[in-house]
Amino acid sequence: MPNYESVFIARQDISAAQVDGLTEAFEKVITDAGGSVAKRENWGLRTMAYKIKKNRKGHYVLLNFDAPAPALHEMERQMRINEDVLRYMTVRIEEFEEGPSAMMRNKDRDDRPRRSGDRDRERAPRRDAQSDSDAPAEAAESKDDAESKGDEA
Amino acid sequence: MSKPSFFRRRKSCPFAGPNAPVIDYKDLKLLGRFVSERGKIVPSRITAVSAKKQRELSQAIKRARYLALMPYCDQ
Repeated sequence: MPNYESVFIARQDISAAQVDGLTEAFEKVITDAGGSVAKRENWGLRTMAYKIKKNRKGHYVLLNFDAPAPALHEMERQMRINEDVLRYMTVRIEEFEEGPSAMMRNKDRDDRPRRSGDRDRERAPRRDAQSDSDAPAEAAESKDDAESKGDEA
Repeated sequence: MSKPSFFRRRKSCPFAGPNAPVIDYKDLKLLGRFVSERGKIVPSRITAVSAKKQRELSQAIKRARYLALMPYCDQ
């Protein structure tokens, strides 16, 4: 049976307990069809990069499971029907990732304020620095040329 | 000193080598380095990512966009 990784986004105004209930319902579909859930990760309420169905935030849940394809189709069908699920995406993966995913690993470090802003500021001057380093070198050489010409004259 | 040299050292692919990062649509910090401030995917000729890894990277960025983890367009 193939390995799948599924992420779904639940509406922002349902409670965390309801999200758990929803996750369990989807897990049940998989286990009933002979699959097994390897990992379940709750990313919590996150601000989305853009609005989906007029929601600014959503509860993100990740599921890693091993199931026959019909089980996946049934789970996706129920996700489509359920109005609390804003979006879902399932990808087939070769091997399950050990330990927490990149999302959970970075979350621990997100306590520091304004990461993205810092990074943008960091990146902008670096591009300037690159072009600056080229410019003085050229200027210096053209000055040398001018001097040598002056000597000849 | 005779001629201005335009030779620029070729940067190597950031995803090459033994301890290179794995491209994953969930790793927003990594993907964030390969999009512009507007949220567009930066061409590989600027980031020096190899063609194979650039395809993988763009797939990952598009997945992250679909899940609203990254913007399609920032303003």
